[in-house]
Order: sequence, then structure tokens, then C-alpha cells
Amino acid sequence: MSGNTTGILEFLTIFVLAVFVGNEVVSRVPSILHTPLMSGSNAIHGIVLVGAMIVMGTASGAAQMVLGFLAVLLATLNIVGGFTVTDRMLEMFKAKPGDAAPKKKGTDAEGGAK
Amino acid sequence: MTLIIWINLIYLVAAVAFIVALKGLSSPKHARNGNLLAAAAAVVAVGATFFNPEAHFSHHTTNLVLTIVAMVLGAVVAVPVARLVKMTAMPQLVAIFNGVGGGAAALISIVVFLSDAHLHSLGAPKPAVYAIVEAMLGLLIGCVSFSGSAIAFIKLQELITGRPITYPGQQVINGLVGVAILGLAVATVATDNVALMVGTAVLSLVLGIIFVLPIGGADVPVLISLLNSFTGLAVAASGFTLNNNLLIIAGTLVGASGILLTRMMSKAMGRSLSNVLFSAFGSVVTAGGGADGAAETRQVKSGTPEDIGVLLAYARKVVIIPGYGLAVAQAQHTARELADLLIERGVEVFYAIHPVAGRMPGHMNVLLAEANVPYDELKEMDEANPEMATADVALVVGANDTVNPAAKTTPGSPIYGMPIINADEAANVVFLKRSMRPGFAGIDNDLLFDDKTTLLFGDAKDTLSKLVTAVQEA
Repeated sequence: MSGNTTGILEFLTIFVLAVFVGNEVVSRVPSILHTPLMSGSNAIHGIVLVGAMIVMGTASGAAQMVLGFLAVLLATLNIVGGFTVTDRMLEMFKAKPGDAAPKKKGTDAEGGAK
Repeated sequence: MTLIIWINLIYLVAAVAFIVALKGLSSPKHARNGNLLAAAAAVVAVGATFFNPEAHFSHHTTNLVLTIVAMVLGAVVAVPVARLVKMTAMPQLVAIFNGVGGGAAALISIVVFLSDAHLHSLGAPKPAVYAIVEAMLGLLIGCVSFSGSAIAFIKLQELITGRPITYPGQQVINGLVGVAILGLAVATVATDNVALMVGTAVLSLVLGIIFVLPIGGADVPVLISLLNSFTGLAVAASGFTLNNNLLIIAGTLVGASGILLTRMMSKAMGRSLSNVLFSAFGSVVTAGGGADGAAETRQVKSGTPEDIGVLLAYARKVVIIPGYGLAVAQAQHTARELADLLIERGVEVFYAIHPVAGRMPGHMNVLLAEANVPYDELKEMDEANPEMATADVALVVGANDTVNPAAKTTPGSPIYGMPIINADEAANVVFLKRSMRPGFAGIDNDLLFDDKTTLLFGDAKDTLSKLVTAVQEA
């Protein structure tokens, strides 16, 4: 898994550019969406699953197998749970100022019932 | 083109989708689609990884089967948890999903390290120094994020006290642990020794714990944001280790945006990030602020729901200031019912949202959105404050620190300098509170003892529905 020096420089370039993109994209998020943003970005780093899979695919021997298995498991929790929970949060934002009232009351899964 | 190029093109598309998704989160209109786009991109990228020649799945059937088992297991656990956990427990949930991501990044580093060490022992050349540095960075940051998130979860779940946990020489000890980790990490890079690597991992886990312990519950939202950013950086480090652009881009995006978000949140509290992280904020509680209530000698005025119902019904302008108490009581629907009722009677009503009310930024907005409160009734602090002086009633529902005038008037107070919602400027102030207990920051609030303040004790949902009845009868 080792690259050469040109490789690492390319990756560093991508890293630095991504820092600027990350800053730029988020600087315009209104504070009311901060929680979904945190949750959404939490889901996005769940893509570590791709890395966990690559590592698990090449694992050999009991120790690497167990650790790789755990890595895939934890990463799956991150990515699946992250996107699901973010969607649930954003589902609540779909009402627009005009049509807020007519939506059914009390049918929300965790609403007033308990 | 070879397969690997196709796979990498798919990764590139996924990375672009992530950027577009984050951008979409900047407007309520596009946020949900943005998130779905990111999820779809993630599914495609993960699917493509099964065919990635670097993963060698075609040669290792056992590994393939185990990978699928782990993924199914993870999904089977994650979906119901994410679907069923109450909205109030959302911050804990984000903390835990964040922590496991950090754990995964750390494990990737460990497996790569073990695998390289194994190959080296079989005669392969020693891995390049920068490769070990990358692995160690992923390991270190991932471990801190994992154990730190676990403690944040335990604090938010109130399994341990939300107050800062301090001990003498804390900063020195934390600093020494940090130095020890650096030393071990450097030694690991120099020697490529497995035991030293394990030592670094263990100490990094310890650092995550002792770093989070002194951070008070009120600051945990900032902390989660920071740990989210850490996990992003750990994932980027995994990307460097595996030479994977998708991981580098996605991880860095989250790392950079998370740090920006963290700074915005500290700013909203009028404090610097280092003050949030290292000052054990809220541990200096004024004497006498004991358990539920009685300890205070000063008189408070407590009212009946009927009194307050009349006050609200005949007001011209009512400002509702929600806090964590609203979330705990799941009172957002009842709050909306009361507001709607008042609006029907011709009262001008809006909600004043403090940026750090609740346990996460935007926590109140999420809850009120759940109850379908229209956007135009939600005002952010800067927009709400100029209107406070003309409000007849400030109805504080389960909030405390965010309306504490000590932030403006008492230079010695730990929250001095934090912007607050100026509830004290309203003609009348009504607090719906569970008890006389101070807020999460553990600081007394003089506004509670003010002449124009009335208190109504009880669970927020309970007292709000009593107020609904009282307003209907008024």
C-alpha cells in the first residue's frame, strides 16, 4: 500500500484543496441547519466504510480478520445510522411557511403520544 | 480502461456528490435531497468497492463473506436505532455514530500497520516513513474521537454527571499524556514496532477520555462538533494510508467544515474555543445552589396557570424562549398549540431561539420544525433581541442560562460575555421550570428573583397544556 513521493504530493494537494472547499461550502449554512449539517457531515465521514472494506478484503490471519471485521461493522454503523438520522431530522424541515398548518398532528412517530 | 480507473471515477463522482450535498444543507429546501444524494453516492461507492482490485475480494471468499456479514449486522443495528430513538436523544446518537466512525478509522490504521509489519517480517522492504506517519495519525485521531465521543455520549445520556469533572493538575496531566503519545508515536515510526503502536492506541484512548471529562454539559454540543471534525481528519488520514482520494476528500471536507462550525458555535457563546475546551466551564458553582430547590433564601414569585393564562391571553406581544427543558418534556407540540391559540386571539407571537439553546446548535429549530412551527415565527437571537423591550411577556420554557442577565451584568460570572436573549427587557417574564435548580452551566439566575418574574413549576409539557386550558378559558 505504499505510494511514491509524487503520489503523496498529489494527495496532499487534494487534501489542501478539500480544506478550502469544506470551509467555503459550510460558511453559508444558516444556524437553524447546524444540527442537520453536523449530522449530515457525520454521515459523510462514514464513507470510511470503503477503506474498511479494502482493508478487510486483504486481511490475513486472525488478528487482522477480527480487527478488519470490527472496522467494517463500526463504519457501517456510522454510515447507515448517520444518513438515516439526518434524513429523519430533515424530514421535519419539509413544511414551508405557507403550508405548515395543514399537516397532520400527532401522527409523527415520536410525537405527543408518550 | 482498466477496472481500477472506473472504480476511481466512481469515487470521484461520489466525492463531488458529497460536496453538493453539504452545499444543499445550506437551505431547508435542498437539505433533504442533498442528504439523499450523499446517501445514494455512498451506496454506489460502497458497491463499487466490492469490485475494487485493491480489496482482492475475488481472491478471498472468506473475507468477502465476513465483510458482508459485518455490513448486514451494522445496518440491522443502525437503522432501527436511528429511526426509533427520541428526538431529544439525537445529540447522543450523533455522538455515538461519530465515535464509531473514528473507531473504524483507527482500526484501519492498525490492520494496515499489522499487515505491513507482517510483510516486512517476510522480507518485504520496510514501509516508507510517511506511510507509517499517516497510519499513526489515523490511529491517534481516530482513537481520541472514539473514546471522546463515548464519554460525550455518557454525559449527554446523564449516566455520569454533566458537570465538568476536574482534579488537581488536570491540564498538566493531560499535557503529559499528550507528550507521551507523541513520544510513543515517534518511536513507533522509527522502529515499526507493534507493541509501541498498541501503546500509542491505548494512550490515545485515554487522552480522549481525560480530554472530555472536564468539559461541562453545556459545552458538549461544541465538543461533538469538534469530535466530528476529528473523525473527518482521521478518515482523511485513512485515505492517505490507503491512497484513496474519496476518503481524503470526504474526510477533509468534514474535518474542515467541522472546525469552522465548532468555531461558529463557540462564538455564539461569546467565548473562544480554547476557553470552551480547557476552562472546565461551570465547575465554579456559587455556594448554596444545592439540590432541588429549597436552599435559596431569596423569595421567588410562583403563579398559577390561570394567572399566567390571563396574562398571556391579554398580551399584545408574547415571545416564547425555548430551552432544553422543552426538549426533555417533548413539549414542542404543546408549545405550538399554545402559540396557535394566542395567535388566533390576535396576540403577536414568535419564538426567540438562542444559538446554543438545547444540547446542539439548531436543536430547538429541529424540535419546533417537528411540531410544524412555521419558519417566520422563529427568530434568531440577533433578530429577536431588538424586539424584547416591546414584548409584554417573555415565556421562558425550560431555558435558563441563555436568558441569564449575569452574562451582561456580572463580570465575575463564568458566563460573562455570552450573548443572551434579553428576556429581562420584557414587561413580564414567565419561567416554566422543573425546579429551582440552576441551569446546565450551574449558575444562579437573578432574573428568577426579579419582581416582574413569575414562575410556574412542573414538567414543561404539563404546564404548557395547563396554560392552553387557561388561555381557552380566559
